[in-house]
Amino acid sequence: MQPALEAQHIIKDFANHRALDDVSLSVPEQQIFGLLGPNGAGKTTLIRIINQITAPDSGEILFNGRPLRSDDVSQIGYLPEERGLYKKMKVGEQAMYLAQLKGLSANEAKQRLKSWFEKFDIMNWWNRKVEELSKGMQQKVQFIVTVVHEPKLMIFDEPFSGFDPINVNLLKDHILDLKNNGATIIFSTHNMASVEELCDNIALIHRSKTILQGSVDGLKKQFKPDNFEIVYSNGKSDLRQLLGEQFMVLEESKKEHETIARIHLEPGSDANQLIAKLLPHVNIHAFREILPSMNDIFISQVNKNERSNG
Amino acid sequence: MGKIKLIILREYLTRVRKKSFVIMTILGPLLMAALFVVPVFLAQLEGDTKTIAIVDETGLFAPKFKDSEKLHFEILNEDPESIKLHLTDRGFYALLHIPITELSVPNTAKLYANGQPNIIVTGYVRETMRKEIESLKLSASGIDPEILRSIKSTVNLLTIRVDEGGNEQNSSTELSMVVGYIGGILIYFFIFMYGAQVMRGVIEEKTNRIVEVIVSSVKPFQLMMGKIIGVAMVGLTQFVLWVVFTIIIVTSVLSVFSADINAFRSSQLQVEKDPIIMYDSGGETIQPQNQNMENPEQINEAVVAIFDQINSIAFQLILPLFLFYFIGGYLLYGALFAAIGSAVDNETDTQQFMLPITVPLILSIMVAQFIIINPEGPLAFWLSIIPLTSPVVMMVRLPFGVHWVDITLSITLMIAGFLFATWLAGRIYRTGILMYGKKPSYKELWKWLRYRS
Repeated sequence: MQPALEAQHIIKDFANHRALDDVSLSVPEQQIFGLLGPNGAGKTTLIRIINQITAPDSGEILFNGRPLRSDDVSQIGYLPEERGLYKKMKVGEQAMYLAQLKGLSANEAKQRLKSWFEKFDIMNWWNRKVEELSKGMQQKVQFIVTVVHEPKLMIFDEPFSGFDPINVNLLKDHILDLKNNGATIIFSTHNMASVEELCDNIALIHRSKTILQGSVDGLKKQFKPDNFEIVYSNGKSDLRQLLGEQFMVLEESKKEHETIARIHLEPGSDANQLIAKLLPHVNIHAFREILPSMNDIFISQVNKNERSNG
Repeated sequence: MGKIKLIILREYLTRVRKKSFVIMTILGPLLMAALFVVPVFLAQLEGDTKTIAIVDETGLFAPKFKDSEKLHFEILNEDPESIKLHLTDRGFYALLHIPITELSVPNTAKLYANGQPNIIVTGYVRETMRKEIESLKLSASGIDPEILRSIKSTVNLLTIRVDEGGNEQNSSTELSMVVGYIGGILIYFFIFMYGAQVMRGVIEEKTNRIVEVIVSSVKPFQLMMGKIIGVAMVGLTQFVLWVVFTIIIVTSVLSVFSADINAFRSSQLQVEKDPIIMYDSGGETIQPQNQNMENPEQINEAVVAIFDQINSIAFQLILPLFLFYFIGGYLLYGALFAAIGSAVDNETDTQQFMLPITVPLILSIMVAQFIIINPEGPLAFWLSIIPLTSPVVMMVRLPFGVHWVDITLSITLMIAGFLFATWLAGRIYRTGILMYGKKPSYKELWKWLRYRS
């Protein structure tokens, strides 16, 4: 399937540094794509280029397989990390203004905003001034304004900051809904738990370059440390002696009725062999492979890249 | 275009609905109207006639004090000591005591009152006495006051502009000065007030952090121009409302007072007709030949002369040019103000960038007085074609008549200057609005100019 958005060899220089250095990535359609990277890596610059707020020095952005056009802004919804509203304006009026700037007619804007306001149960805010709203309330309005024109591509930069856990869940549900309704979503965050929960694919940008790209599942497999966790009981003999050279016991902790152990598979061995070795001696309650969290992958890859760059 | 319209509308509506706009729009004309109405009203308050007792021991001055609308004089032959103790009881506002002195021409008098006597009273008394003393001295020296009066003369210098075709036109330097100044000052204030509003609006959007949301929908240039145009329309609205309200208030208040004003005017006229005052001011304001101003033919002539002078100012040229420089100057400066607003995070940081913009503007209003002295000189020429100073300086020059080549050059450069300023501002703006944190230097602004859009 054709990717919804493709960045090809994007280079962007600023006065004192190169913000993006030959960055290429491909965002599959109808998926949630995590754009990850440490602060200052160049994520915001890339997002701004996709939104045509700034232009790349070289390289190209393809939208639905063709070069990005200026009228594509009506197909894109952007929730920037640095976001705000006009404080003195009324909520409804302001939402109408922003929706119309995205190309909706006044009637359409009103109709859709009303249904969104009802979905979020905030219809009674319509005539209140923005400055009377709490930060979390303002974030809700901003989210609605980002999606009200039903864009094909949505870009959320740290969408959950400022929300309480209940509203984070509400927002997650809405984001998944949008995806199921056919939208492609680019999601930039430092919150790795939400990346694992929501994202299908990710790209990791570090020092102006993409250092990692792929599906969340694929990357987890790629970077799995071949560690397994077993929960067993009735262990009479010492596990280390029992398993021998091929398996390394990393950790063992005894509880009242059971023991939890983490075991690393040396190259050339597999999980079945491990189970076969254990079966005659212990009662196995649980056995699972420990996959790396996105957090682990993020940290290890960034550190690795940091070292290789000296 | 549709998006710019939305932006203009928002900028316009949010400002026009502000309480401060409504208050300023109402207060402005009230203040202006007050300038016209309050003096009339105050004159009204002074309505009652004051009676002043005169004890003139010399007998020379008393007959010279003439009753007027506001002042009534009573000549008494009593002991001043007893009168001055009972001023209020006897209904006197003041007592004028002129004692006999050793001098052949007396020059001392005392004015007793229960409070500080009003300046109109003291002024009138002093003037009347001074004139009488002068004429006494003249007679003492053997000069007939009539002769002196006939010597005093005014020169009527009629200035006439001759154009290349030999057409002659009466002109008035004074009127040209006034028209030029008013035009220049209006433009100056408009640019400053509303240029600063544009700047504040840009800073507000930046600190609100809404700007990134908006520029993901519209081009930064559209946002900037929408704001500049929207604010301009707010300014024009306020300007028009001020003019309309001022006219309404002044005419309605004056019509209420009109009867009283006529009385006020006639009393003023009476004072002017007073021969003694005439004599004094003969050299200055009232020309000797105008002594019989009541003569309707002469009044007519004077009115025609004034209209002639007003007509001599080419309003059919000045008004459209005023509008052009009013709007053109604002757009040029508005763009620069917007660029400054985009480059900083808060208003206090604007100082260093404001200087190069405000200097030409302040300079142009400061040199206006020299331009008036020499409206054809090189200073006038250069400043009236340089776009940063031309809006104000050209307005000052125009009433004196400016060659069409100068005007064309100035207009062309104004348009070019405006285009260049918006281009320049647009480039700084689109980078500046997304820059937070440290205050940029001029070097950095220069770099911003060269980024790809």
